[in-house]
Amino acid sequence: MTTSTLGAPAPHRSFVGGLLKTRELGIVLALALLVAYTAIDNPRFLSGQSIRDNLLNTAILAVMAAGQAVVVITRNIDLSVGSVLAISAFTVATMMSANQDLPMIVPIVVGILVGAVAGLINGVLVRYGKVPALVVTLGTMYIFRGLVYSWAGGDQVNADELPGPFLDFANDSVLGIPWLVLIALVVVGGVSLMMRNYRIGREMYAIGSSPQAAELAGIKVARNLIVAFVLSGAAAGLAGVLFASRFGTIDASAGTGYELNVVAAVVVGGVAVFGGSGTVWGAGLGALLLTVISSALAVLDINQFWQQAIVGSLIILAICADRLVAVRIARSLRKRDAHV
Amino acid sequence: MAESPAKPGNRAGDPGPARLEVADVTKSFGAVAAVQGVSFPLFPGEAHALVGENGAGKSTIVKMLAGVHRPDTGTLRVDGADVEFAGPADAKAAGIAVIYQEPTLFPDLSVAENIAMGNQPLSKLRQIDRRTMHDNAEKLFRRLGVPLDPTRPARGLSIADQQLVEIAKALSAEARVLIMDEPTAALSGVEVERLFSVVRSLRDEGAAIMFISHRFEEITALCQRVTIMRDGRHVATELVAELSIDDMIRKMVGRDLSALFPKQEVEPGEVLLEVEGLSREGVFRDITFNVRAGEIVALAGLVGAGRSEVMQAVFGVDPYDSGTVRFAGRKLKAGSPRAAMAAGLALVPEDRRQQGLVMDLSIERNVTLPRARKLARLGLLFGGTERRSAQTWTEKLQTKLGRLSDAVGTLSGGNQQKVVLAKWLATGPRLLIVDEPTRGIDVGTKAEVHRLLSSLAKDGMGVVMVSSELPEVLGMADRVVVLREGKIAAELTRAEATEESVMYAAMGQKVSA
Repeated sequence: MTTSTLGAPAPHRSFVGGLLKTRELGIVLALALLVAYTAIDNPRFLSGQSIRDNLLNTAILAVMAAGQAVVVITRNIDLSVGSVLAISAFTVATMMSANQDLPMIVPIVVGILVGAVAGLINGVLVRYGKVPALVVTLGTMYIFRGLVYSWAGGDQVNADELPGPFLDFANDSVLGIPWLVLIALVVVGGVSLMMRNYRIGREMYAIGSSPQAAELAGIKVARNLIVAFVLSGAAAGLAGVLFASRFGTIDASAGTGYELNVVAAVVVGGVAVFGGSGTVWGAGLGALLLTVISSALAVLDINQFWQQAIVGSLIILAICADRLVAVRIARSLRKRDAHV
Repeated sequence: MAESPAKPGNRAGDPGPARLEVADVTKSFGAVAAVQGVSFPLFPGEAHALVGENGAGKSTIVKMLAGVHRPDTGTLRVDGADVEFAGPADAKAAGIAVIYQEPTLFPDLSVAENIAMGNQPLSKLRQIDRRTMHDNAEKLFRRLGVPLDPTRPARGLSIADQQLVEIAKALSAEARVLIMDEPTAALSGVEVERLFSVVRSLRDEGAAIMFISHRFEEITALCQRVTIMRDGRHVATELVAELSIDDMIRKMVGRDLSALFPKQEVEPGEVLLEVEGLSREGVFRDITFNVRAGEIVALAGLVGAGRSEVMQAVFGVDPYDSGTVRFAGRKLKAGSPRAAMAAGLALVPEDRRQQGLVMDLSIERNVTLPRARKLARLGLLFGGTERRSAQTWTEKLQTKLGRLSDAVGTLSGGNQQKVVLAKWLATGPRLLIVDEPTRGIDVGTKAEVHRLLSSLAKDGMGVVMVSSELPEVLGMADRVVVLREGKIAAELTRAEATEESVMYAAMGQKVSA
């Protein structure tokens, strides 16, 4: 890093340097290594079908990770997303099986709304109930799941009850890109843009960076926190629709345990667990990395048991890397100040 | 800063209409009245000092002006119009910028973003215009004459630089009132000078400045007007030029001493605690004093003078770099509270909630906590033993409580303090260190705590009392050790210690005859 830049137009000077230092690059590199290694072992890993499968599998996780990233950046967490996915998926599937002719936009909107309401409940409880998000969303995780169970009972909605277009949606493409992937790209891109270039996004970072300072700075902390949880809920709701469309068979246990995958994707993607830093597209990359790891392990014929161990190690690695980078930055800044 | 017609030369005379007025404002927290009927004006182009002892209500005033607290009665006026702040955003919108003692930056965000937060320049589609944002920050820094890189994160900035960023923030918000709560407490001489030259130029451009400081030389160097507060009440608002430092101190401390805290005369016994040349880099230096059995030694000084830090180092909670601590003639192992407790020391910390009590545990469990091992049979605690011991001590201290099994958090502040005292007295210490023993408790309980300390001393216990309350110090202490900025400024006997002599030493002024 250089010393003072007074007088020199600084802003975009460090774009390339900044990119090189980002955590996202580390993920891209890890991804490239993994793909290269696996492809050498088995070239079919790079076949169109294999890539397509990986992207489709990533899409649902990435949508949820985008919402989760916003929540984590504000120094909170949303553990209810797996259950919200189930509520949304079951609602939409039931609706579609009863009304075969609805256009695709209807289930998408309904799923997002269902998720948004769930997120609103979370946000209000966290903010006005003054209960930590970990506790609130752990609670709502069970409550929402319980609701689906009591509603669905042992029933499940099968693919043959769902309208064809709804099921085809998951496999259809526009311009060669599957709808699911396109939606994931739009969600991750849109939320990234909001977090990077809009006031509300920067305020989310500010809240996560120092909650007390955010209050004193006059930031609308309550509104922003609720927006964050609604976003996360809505993303999980949308993911529910995609889940229903992709898998066709929905019962009350849909998406069980997804919340941990989502949090893992966010953390591996470089969002600091204590808020304030990280990016949404990094979280999206995290989702991609986790998905590719699991399919690569299958291709490499490594026991699935190892997959969880590897994901676990990655999470710890990611957190250690954050810590290391923070210490490094602090040291280099101190050194620099000493020269001023 | 707003382009207002400032008349810098006119400061001592008629300053024109007030930019901000505090009118007969009152604020209470629970039963404690923090601020009662305080009024003063802040004029454009003028720096106004707010002085008073610790706990005089200065910070409460700051928080009301910042929109954090709302006054119970009375009004705030900006440019003659009544205003009500529902939150910090309203105060900001009214042009009031507050720089807190502890800077409130966002460590993860860039300096430029910190400055622009909530007010970022926007370009197409209401996106943040980063280039302009950085340019603005650079312009501000150039104007302030500080070489800070707007793109660096706020994390790792020195306190002085953080304060300059806060000032840049105020400038970018075009604040017309700048409130600074002890901004110089953590700054070196050079940094203070740099800060002052910036503040002076803002003042001369027409900003109204409110400045809180305990250092009189800073007040005379920067401010034109001063408001003095005492015990939450308004004492005087005068021109600095017309008031000597002596006058200011007298007005600050001049309370009636109706509530006396008599300590029984005791012939001091053997020397219990000997602290010699105790130093800790950047916190305190060369601290030497001793405490005899039956003696109460008060550690006085302003908040931040290092009093609590010294005692925590003595007790082994904090480390120290050099010096020795002896207890009853034997050297005390550094950095080991366990060794200190075994030797017969007990420390009642300042912050009951954080350090002294486990709020959710029962009273009896709290009282017996440090002795749990001793009371246990075969490693298990039995309710009976615990209860009996707790019963004895809470009765001795006349603690008002429902049941011993109630959570400590349910008790009043005074009774919580008694539980903390009981907890440590039950360990049978020979030397008791109490840090702000009566902070935030009512007068009646205060007197009881004082009586208790006095009778403990009479029974031969040595007591070290860290206190910010002068009457308490003067009434209770056999000797007063005054700390100032980490060093011993004076050691006064009971006869020598007066409100003035202690305050003079604490503020670094010479005692005038």
